Amino acid sequence: MTIHAQPCAVPSTVSPDGVLRERGQREVFCGLTGIVWLHRKIQDAFFLVVGSRTCAHLIQSAAGVMIFAEPRFATAIMEERDLAGLVDANDELDRIVTQLLARRPEIKLLFLVGSCPSEVIKLDLSRAALRLSQRFSPGVRVLNYSGSGIETTFTQGEDACLASLVPVLPAADRGARPSLLVVGALADVVEDQFRRTFTALGIDQVSFLPPRRSSELPAIGPETRVLLAQPFLGDTARALEERGCRRIPAPFPLGGEGTALWLAAAAEAFGVSRAHVDRTIAPLKARAERALARYRAQLAGKRVFLFPDSQIEIPLARFLAREIGMELVEVGTPYLHRDHLAAELKLLPQDVLLSEGQDVERQLDRCRAARPDLVVCGLGLANPLEAEGLTTKWSIELIFTPIQGFEQAGDLAELFARPLLRQTRLAV
Amino acid sequence: MQLSVWTYEGPPHIGAMRIATAMRDVHYVLHAPQGDTYADLLFTMIERRDRRPPVTYTTFQARDLGGDTADLLQSAVRAAYDRFQPQAMIVGASCTAELIQDDPGGLAQALRLPIPVIPLELPAYQRKENWGASETFYRIVRALAASSADGSPRREKETGARPVCNLLGPTALGFRHRDDLAEVTRQVVELGIEINVVAPWNATPADLARLPLADFNIVLYPEIAATAAQWLQRQFGQPYTRTIPIGVTATREFIAEVAQLAGVDAAPVLARTESRLPWYSRSVDSTYLTGKRVFIFGDATHAVAAARVATQELGFEVVGLGTYSREFAREIREAAAIYGVEPLITDDYLEVEARVGELRPELVLGTQMERHIAKRLGVPCAVISSPCHVQDFPARYSPQMGFEGANVLFDTWVHPLMMGLEEHLLGMFREDHEFADHAPSHLGAAPAAPASPPVRVVEPVTSTELAWASDAERELTKIPFFVRGKARRNTERFARERNVNLITLETLYDAKAHFGR
Repeated sequence: MTIHAQPCAVPSTVSPDGVLRERGQREVFCGLTGIVWLHRKIQDAFFLVVGSRTCAHLIQSAAGVMIFAEPRFATAIMEERDLAGLVDANDELDRIVTQLLARRPEIKLLFLVGSCPSEVIKLDLSRAALRLSQRFSPGVRVLNYSGSGIETTFTQGEDACLASLVPVLPAADRGARPSLLVVGALADVVEDQFRRTFTALGIDQVSFLPPRRSSELPAIGPETRVLLAQPFLGDTARALEERGCRRIPAPFPLGGEGTALWLAAAAEAFGVSRAHVDRTIAPLKARAERALARYRAQLAGKRVFLFPDSQIEIPLARFLAREIGMELVEVGTPYLHRDHLAAELKLLPQDVLLSEGQDVERQLDRCRAARPDLVVCGLGLANPLEAEGLTTKWSIELIFTPIQGFEQAGDLAELFARPLLRQTRLAV
Repeated sequence: MQLSVWTYEGPPHIGAMRIATAMRDVHYVLHAPQGDTYADLLFTMIERRDRRPPVTYTTFQARDLGGDTADLLQSAVRAAYDRFQPQAMIVGASCTAELIQDDPGGLAQALRLPIPVIPLELPAYQRKENWGASETFYRIVRALAASSADGSPRREKETGARPVCNLLGPTALGFRHRDDLAEVTRQVVELGIEINVVAPWNATPADLARLPLADFNIVLYPEIAATAAQWLQRQFGQPYTRTIPIGVTATREFIAEVAQLAGVDAAPVLARTESRLPWYSRSVDSTYLTGKRVFIFGDATHAVAAARVATQELGFEVVGLGTYSREFAREIREAAAIYGVEPLITDDYLEVEARVGELRPELVLGTQMERHIAKRLGVPCAVISSPCHVQDFPARYSPQMGFEGANVLFDTWVHPLMMGLEEHLLGMFREDHEFADHAPSHLGAAPAAPASPPVRVVEPVTSTELAWASDAERELTKIPFFVRGKARRNTERFARERNVNLITLETLYDAKAHFGR
């Protein structure tokens, strides 16, 4: 990776590894946003944010629209008297949880989710979770994690949530057969596809974290091999490793190539023969390539600029460069996990500019100067950039859409093709 | 603590953003953790603004808390000044920064920038969005209008000079503010009155300095502009309008009030301006609107206005009236007394849902929250107030205020309802299988059985000594679902009052005769 000269001096640094590191205004969501998809993924779980009115407003705004079904999340909004110590925040929390569980008796797993204000006033949610777990046991288990903006960026909220589940996963029986644990929330349809493919590969002990129901928590132990489905799961992976699980290093299952390498890495860990892997995967990969061909024709050679958002940017960039033939202008990520992304980084073009962290104004300057064909960015930036004549793709859609796996490779490419296609259609 | 599923209002700094975003050449530096930048999307996505809000966030992280967040704030202020070169700056904290007590306003002023730097104190754990907008507007007006006053702000009036006013209130993310402003401007100009400054909409700090030059102020949205208008009255003797021109009658009263403040004759304008609403409402097709039971909830200004239009101009019956804004509870209580209903002052969405469930109105006029509630309960709904969503910022011209606004109200409130003859057919041929409760309807999803029924909805309590005969129970299903609950309750009340233990077909019809429709 080449080192790029910076137009302005402070506070960016280009480190010896060629990554541009910036510390300025970060135009990103906080970890609470993960609740928007997690609360649908785990069907008997409820997410109670302990925070401020801002937290409640954020989740409802990030969700974009009000979801027709009643959400399985809410906010315990702290008020002046909670802060002034007029009431014990713990008593208040107990009251709210009691009220909530009475209203939603089907809830079996409750997450108390920490926020910026709860962190700053040092409200101990782990003790609260323990206390409430005892009170509502065995009907409801109460866990806690932090989704605060001072601790987490966007998808790190999911990481924190899943990491909080690891200590309560049951231990696998001694002498249990090797099993595969796929980690990271995936669309149900994608999960089902992967399960079928693993079965075809001969890996039949497969479970997913998070599970669809809290009663289906997978058992783990030294014979558990962990395959990450998302690139933002640093804490969860560490917690699993501390419980003896071993991680299978692999690229991430985006695009035909990524999915093939991801599956092959798992197969190799389970001693599946190379020939069987090729036989099983080849037709699926070929189908993905057929689906991609059309979009490759539309997108090859176009220049793309990715703003930091979900940490999925590096696998995405690899997919866009290698399978679609797009040119990478800049690939931003809020945080670069070198270890988990090692296989991905090797596949990236040598001269790509990676940036970690953000100074949004300076990044916008670079973006405007580069005039890319497509900008992948958050909701706050998209319309203003469109108004400046740039074409954009909202990055949040990449988290809310099934994009992993062979059958979704075409859908993933289509997300990038659609804004450009739209430009060609509109005559106004 | 307060358990909240959806919120009607954001925190107060969102209100400050609405003011800053509405204005030009103002910049807002907000001491806030990363994540609070979500607020940008309210403006760029929901309101479809083509520019980012003029806001710089310090986006501090946990690692900064041990160090110098004050320094972070000062460098953010300086960088924002250098980059954006605003005429004035506002500086404040979001909820988290309030807890770390850095005094952002003081720190920013210490930089001695060559522009006005206005500190904002918006207590995030006590106050909410509309208050934040009102307070911010007031602080900005106070800082900028006062500094230019020079003792004798108001010009000496030349004889024959045209009266001059300011239009106060329209802001970013407001419900139809863009179109209301156009409509009211047209009306004011027609009266021969000159408009000095519109604020905060598109106003610069220099424009605000000229506020004292007007003879009086027109306040379109008291939630945003009443505090500033009261201060302008005290400071510069500018009177301000109280009437909100929503509906035909209120618009006429508004014109009269403005004319009186301006010292012009309203009669010629009142004689020639007309709305289509009165004729549409009197035309026979509208007969079926008579006595439609309507539930109204929103900010106080829009809710009170809607109640008046609903009763006096459309012939509806108001069965519920409420607001989420406690600052304006008095206005709602007074209006509720007029209509003889219990006022609902709450920002708890679940409480509103329970009330709608109890009252079973035929139409809900509310915010996007009530649209959601109405959808769940299968009741027609129109949006009349913030908070609202992207579809409430329509491409077409659709004001709520003025005579054109009244036309818009007629259309948007009547369209969600079933049309008169359609309703008759439904009533006459209940057993047509395509009329079944779960048959496809323009109201969308099947209304009767939401997946997880709201727990606090009070379902009719059937006491043990009261039973329904099967034929009576069957007859009940022939009544349209939206009045069935009421029919059941009335019949049971009727039976209980007469010590009837078994409700038969006869009881049902006796009760019907007793209560009327």
